[in-house]
Amino acid sequence: MIPTLFRIDERNDEFEGTFTLRLCAPTGNRPAAFSPGQFNMLYAFGTGEVPISMSGSLDDDDAYVHTIRCQGLATRTIERLNKGDVIGVRGPFGRGWPLDTIAGKEVLIIAGGLGLAPLRPVIYQLLNGHHGARRVRLFYGARRPRELLYYREFERWADAIDITVTVDHADHVDRAWKGRVGVITEPLEAARISSAGTIAFLCGPEVMMRFCIHTLLKKGLPESAIYLSMERNMKCATGLCGHCQWGPNFVCKDGPVFCYGSVRSWFNLRAL
Amino acid sequence: MKGMAQLLHEHPFFAGMQEKHLDFIAGCGENHIYNTGEYIARENEPADHFFLIRDGQVAVECFVPNYGALCLQTLHNGDIFGWSWLFPPYMWTFDARAEDEVHAIRLDGKCLREKCEADPAMGYELMKRFARIVTQRLRATRMQLMDVYSLQWPPLDRGQ
Amino acid sequence: MQKFLLQADDLDVLIQVIAREGHRLIGPTLRDGAIVYDDIHSVSDLPRDWTDDQEKGRYRLRKRGDGAYFGYAAGPHSWKQFLQLPRRPVWRAERDANGVQIIAIEEMAPRLAFMGVRSCELHAIAIQDRVFLEGPFRNDDYDKRRQPLLLIAVNCTAPAATCFCTSMNTGPEVTLPADLTMTEVMDGDAHYFLIDAGTGRGEHILKQLPLTPAQARQQALAQKSIQHAAEQMEQGPRSFDSSDVKDLLYRNYESPEWELVADRCLSCANCTMACPTCFCSTVEDTTDLTGENAERWERWDSCFTADFSYITGGAVRADTRSRYRQWMTHKLATWHDQFDSSGCVGCGRCIAWCPVGIDLTEELLRIREMENQ
Repeated sequence: MIPTLFRIDERNDEFEGTFTLRLCAPTGNRPAAFSPGQFNMLYAFGTGEVPISMSGSLDDDDAYVHTIRCQGLATRTIERLNKGDVIGVRGPFGRGWPLDTIAGKEVLIIAGGLGLAPLRPVIYQLLNGHHGARRVRLFYGARRPRELLYYREFERWADAIDITVTVDHADHVDRAWKGRVGVITEPLEAARISSAGTIAFLCGPEVMMRFCIHTLLKKGLPESAIYLSMERNMKCATGLCGHCQWGPNFVCKDGPVFCYGSVRSWFNLRAL
Repeated sequence: MKGMAQLLHEHPFFAGMQEKHLDFIAGCGENHIYNTGEYIARENEPADHFFLIRDGQVAVECFVPNYGALCLQTLHNGDIFGWSWLFPPYMWTFDARAEDEVHAIRLDGKCLREKCEADPAMGYELMKRFARIVTQRLRATRMQLMDVYSLQWPPLDRGQ
Repeated sequence: MQKFLLQADDLDVLIQVIAREGHRLIGPTLRDGAIVYDDIHSVSDLPRDWTDDQEKGRYRLRKRGDGAYFGYAAGPHSWKQFLQLPRRPVWRAERDANGVQIIAIEEMAPRLAFMGVRSCELHAIAIQDRVFLEGPFRNDDYDKRRQPLLLIAVNCTAPAATCFCTSMNTGPEVTLPADLTMTEVMDGDAHYFLIDAGTGRGEHILKQLPLTPAQARQQALAQKSIQHAAEQMEQGPRSFDSSDVKDLLYRNYESPEWELVADRCLSCANCTMACPTCFCSTVEDTTDLTGENAERWERWDSCFTADFSYITGGAVRADTRSRYRQWMTHKLATWHDQFDSSGCVGCGRCIAWCPVGIDLTEELLRIREMENQ
């Protein structure tokens, strides 16, 4: 499967080392539709591919939007690209969030750091009144105020979504920060969460998800109502190369979104 | 206007506490409003109170000479602040500052200390509640220490 | 029961017919002190009269003295190298004033024929078929090599001490479909093959061979030698009941045995390279010195390498304990959930080719013992 060439139509720097690209198919073709939580493999010329989830709206169906953090050779190469440059795209791959199961429920969106990116398409869907959720709450934890993703959009989201934002640290650079300081489990712990009719979507560092799941279970949320997005080494993205195996699961095709109830035993095994 | 005992009753910190104990504790409490920027506690000053936050945001801070106040954590509606009144030498270890208008119930630590000594059953009930808060804060602090959203993690397999 | 008889002296006729049918014939041949799989042009390329002694970390050839063509067990090679190439170009990309172009590299797939495929190896090919062809995505390169493949299976009558196909229910008798299935029989001065076709293509080849009908006695002799091979393995120390192995391993992710085996394991990846079902691969992206031409190559990879489980910041399986556990548990347990069968066919290659002599059947036994302690 060879990548299709897309053109960078828009580039936004979110904060140092993290940026968002809007990618258009060069011939003006519509890219294949995706579901929130799915990912593409992005190819930087000569340096390799990286799995990056879609972070844009389903309504923006002319393009894929990806938020990327610089952390390896391929992402650093992509980081040097500008509007008009070309990038290879394979996808969409994987299973996304179970949006068809949220009608009438309260949705808890719990994101940490860059983990908000694969959840933003969900937020856009819910803002547009799709899927019939009864209520939506967003709990978002980030490292520090200047590393809050999509922060400029929060005000608009707040019309329809209860948003709780907290940062782990606020230092001198973020002196103007007037919000919460502390880890994400604290507001989650304090929140009133009904154990019935609630569904939680989690994405963030595995440790952060572990502690949040612990808090949710303590509040009586059933394992079957908790969904999380896993990170493993996706290389082929088609279940053929074996790299992203996680117990019996191939994260690239069985995930990246899993129901906690079905993967609990794997989630709690170390170095799996 | 709700009575103090009723307010305490509704606060998660006192959930399940016996009426008679709550009535007593209510006798040690008073409503207090702190203005934005006002210090609720200052490091190294006598810790005679603890606070149930009913509304507003409190910053737990440490003053750093060449920097100023560094916020370590914020506390909110439903949280409590202050356990230094329980342990000698009864001095605050951090600053606490109202970040907006803070409505709090201020409880007289000295009065409670004496009551706890005299009534170990109540003392134990109270101590259990504080112990839970302290473990929660410790867990949160440990998570903060891990800095989970950082990229600066040394790989496990280097240098082996 | 195989119906026809091909004299050993006529084996070359079969080889030539296969070549004439337009196949590139791959079969066993002697090289570097081992029986490996490579191009076969005539019967003289076959390892006639050679067999192997195998044990943990040991593989030695020796003469049989009876002139058998297929009197050996699984060697260092498996057939997978011809179906899922160890290294192959996937695409190339060019960058010039007009932009970037990515061009798939489509290599012509030879029409392969494999001669001397054992039952365990047929199972291994069937397992890789399930991996590469039956998921939501297909491996097209594998597919185009696999489709025209002609399979000439040979019943195993010479298992090595490392073999345990009877425990994995994959042999020694060929039960999966093959184009042709043969059994080699040494009967006093007589030396012949019982042969039968399992497909139309096989029939077509059979028609071109100097065959005679097999007699009941000859059929019985063939059966007896397969039976003897089975008994040899069943009575050997590596025979075990594999029916509960998946559950055993699922229960024992934290067995202390993983620590112990990790003390010996070198994480060298030999077992995964020798294994006929291990399918993991990776890709390498490179550019030339101008930076204008890039290539992507696919190559075999192993779950024993440090990079294999790399995610942001480091490897998930950072130590040998977790890597050996991944390999063995995948092979024998999670494979069932992924592909509805075990990933192990009992060929014993991982045992013979482990430089420190780690034996998968022994590890299973120890895990079981430790669980009961």
